[in-house]
Amino acid sequence: MNKLIGIIAVVIAVVAYTCTFFVDEREKAILMAFGKIEKTGFEPGLHFKLPFPFNEVKKLDGRTMTIDQRPVQFLTKEQKYMVVDSFVQWRISDEEKYFTSTSGGREQNAVSLIYRMVDDGLRNEFAKRTVQEVIAQDRSQIMRVLASNIDEKTDEFGIEIVDVRIKRVDFPDKISQNVFARMRTEREREARENRSKGEEMATRIRADADAQSRVLVAEAYRDAQSIRGEGDALAAEVYAKAYNRDRDFYRFYRSMEAYKNTFSSKGDLMLIEPDSEFFRYLKNPAGTKQ
Amino acid sequence: MAWNEPGGNNKDPWGNRGNNQGPPDLDEVFNKFMKKLNGLFGGSGSGGGRNGPSMGSSGIIALLVIGLVIWALTGVYKVGEAERGVVLRFGEHVNTVDAGLHWHLPPPIEKVLKVDVSNIQEYAHKSTMLTQDQNIIDIEITVQYQIAEAEKFLFNLRSPVTSLTNTTESGLRQHVGQSTMDYVFGDGREDIALNTKDTLQQVLDGYDSGIRIVRVNMQEAKPPEPVKAAFDDVTQSKEDEVKLKNQAEAYRNEILPRARGRAAEMLEEANAYKQEMVARAEGDAQRFNKLYAEFRKAPGVTRDRIYLESIESVLSQANKVMVDVEGGNNMMYLPLDKILENRTVTRDGTASTGRTTDQSRNVDFNVDDLRTRDSRSRETR
Repeated sequence: MNKLIGIIAVVIAVVAYTCTFFVDEREKAILMAFGKIEKTGFEPGLHFKLPFPFNEVKKLDGRTMTIDQRPVQFLTKEQKYMVVDSFVQWRISDEEKYFTSTSGGREQNAVSLIYRMVDDGLRNEFAKRTVQEVIAQDRSQIMRVLASNIDEKTDEFGIEIVDVRIKRVDFPDKISQNVFARMRTEREREARENRSKGEEMATRIRADADAQSRVLVAEAYRDAQSIRGEGDALAAEVYAKAYNRDRDFYRFYRSMEAYKNTFSSKGDLMLIEPDSEFFRYLKNPAGTKQ
Repeated sequence: MAWNEPGGNNKDPWGNRGNNQGPPDLDEVFNKFMKKLNGLFGGSGSGGGRNGPSMGSSGIIALLVIGLVIWALTGVYKVGEAERGVVLRFGEHVNTVDAGLHWHLPPPIEKVLKVDVSNIQEYAHKSTMLTQDQNIIDIEITVQYQIAEAEKFLFNLRSPVTSLTNTTESGLRQHVGQSTMDYVFGDGREDIALNTKDTLQQVLDGYDSGIRIVRVNMQEAKPPEPVKAAFDDVTQSKEDEVKLKNQAEAYRNEILPRARGRAAEMLEEANAYKQEMVARAEGDAQRFNKLYAEFRKAPGVTRDRIYLESIESVLSQANKVMVDVEGGNNMMYLPLDKILENRTVTRDGTASTGRTTDQSRNVDFNVDDLRTRDSRSRETR
C-alpha cells in the first residue's frame, strides 16, 4: 500500500515535470516536434506537451530589447563627417519567422542584422541632408523614417522595430577643434564690441560733460560781462551826472588827478622845459611872461 | 527579523519553515491556503492528494501533511512599504499586491516579483553636444523617475533603465539641437528641461515601460573647457563696458560741478565789479560835487591851488631834468642809460641780456631823438 502510494506519487511527479511547461509573462515559447515548429503563440501560464523525445520547448525573450549602436561616422550632403550614435528598441513579433531566420533563435544574429540595417539606413538618411538639417530640423523625422523603413524590412524575420533613436550627432574631434576656434573668435568679437561700446559711451559722456561745462562757463562769462557792463553803465551815468555840471572844471580837476596818478612812481624821469605856469616864478620873481 | 529585510529575495529563506510562526494571522493564512488549494485543484484537476489516504498508516499521512504544511509555508512573503508584489502563477500574472504580509501558492506554482514603486530615483546625465547654431556646449541634467506600474516595468522591457538613459540622451540632444546656444544658456534652460521631460515620458509610454518621469533638472549648461576662457572674457568685457561708463560718469560728475562753481564765481566777480564800479563812481562823483561846491565860491584861487599842489606832488616824486631851450648848440649829455639801468635792475633782478640791449636801444633812440630835437641844451640836475 505504502509502496503503491509512493509509486503513484513518483509517476505523477515525473508526468507533471515532463508533460508541462510554464510560459512567463516575459517570454515567448515555441513548441518543437523533432526539430520542427509545432506551435507558437502561447499565452503566459501552464501548458502541456509530450515528454522529451516528442516535444521540446524553446523560449525566447518576449520583451522589448535595446541595441546600442556603436558611434559611426557618416557623411552629410555637403560631405562633412558627423559622428552618430544611436540605439534601437526591438522585439520579436513572430516567433516562428524569428526562430527560422536566426538559425534557432540566436539573438546575436538578429542583433547584427538590425545593426547593419540601421547603419545603412542612417548612412542614407544623412547623405540626403545637410549638417544643419541633421542637427536641428530633421532629427525626429530621420528617426521616424528609419524606424518604419527598417520595421518593414525586418517583418520577414519576425522582428518588430519599436523605435530607432539618434543619441549623439557630433562633429569628429578634428572638426570640433575648428568649431571651438570659431566659437572663440565669435566670443572675441562680442567681447571687443562690448569694450568698444563701453569706450564709445565713455567718450560720449566725457564729451558731453566737457561741452556742458564749457557752455556753463561761457554763459557765465556772458552774464558776467553783461553785469560788468551794467556796472560800467551805471558808473558812467553817475559820473556824467556829476561832471556835466561843469565840464571845464572837470577836465581840469581830472587832469590834475591823472598827472598825480601817472607820475606816481619814483623811477619816472621827466624832461621839463621850465616855461609852464608852474615855473612862472622860477626865473622871474615878478611872474611876468618872458 | 532577518528575513523581513526589504527587497529580500523572492525565495523565502529557511527561517520560516519550522519555528517563528509568531504572526497571529497564521491560521487565516492557512485557511486561505486550503481554500486556494481546493480552488486550484478543483479547477484544473490533474489528480492530487485526495486519492490515496484512505486507510494507510497514519504515520505516513502525518508525514505527508507536515510536508505539505512546510511546503505551503514557503509561500509566505512580505512586501515592503515602498514596494508592490507582482504574483505570477506558472509565469502568468495573476495579481499585484500592496505592502504587507502575504501568501502565495508555494513554488513552483506561484512566485512573486517585488518592485520598488514609491522611491524616486535619480541619475545624472552629462555630455557635450551640438546646438542648432553649431556650437558645442556642455550640459548636465538630472532625471528623477519612479516606477509607476510595476507590471509594465517588469514585463515590457528587458532593460528599462538602459532604455531610460538612452532615451534621455536622445531627447536632450534633440531639444538642444533645436535651440541656439544663447537660448540654452539663457531663457531656454527651463524650457529644455521641460521639453526633454515631455519627450522622455512620451517615448517611455510608447515602450509601455511603466516608468514615470518626475522631473528633469538642468544642472549645468556651460561652454566646454577649450572655449571657456573666451566666454569668460565676454563676461569680463561686459564688466569692462560698465567700468568704462562709470569712469566717464565719474569724470562728468567731477567736472560739471566744477564748471558750475566756476560759473558762479564769474557771476559773483561780475556782480562785485558792478557794485564796485558804481560805488567808486558815486564816491568820485560825491568828491567832485563837494569840491565843485567850494570851487564855485572861489573859482580862481581854487583852480590855482589845485594846479600847483598837483604839479608839486608830481614833480616832488619824479626824477627831473630841466631843459631850458634857448638857441645855442651845446651838447647835452644825459646819463639816461645809468638812470634806467637802476630801474631795470630793481624791477626784475635778473634781467636777461637781450632785454637789457633792447632797453638800451630804446634809450639810445630817446637820446637821439632828444639830440635832434634840441640842438642846444643845458643840463640841470
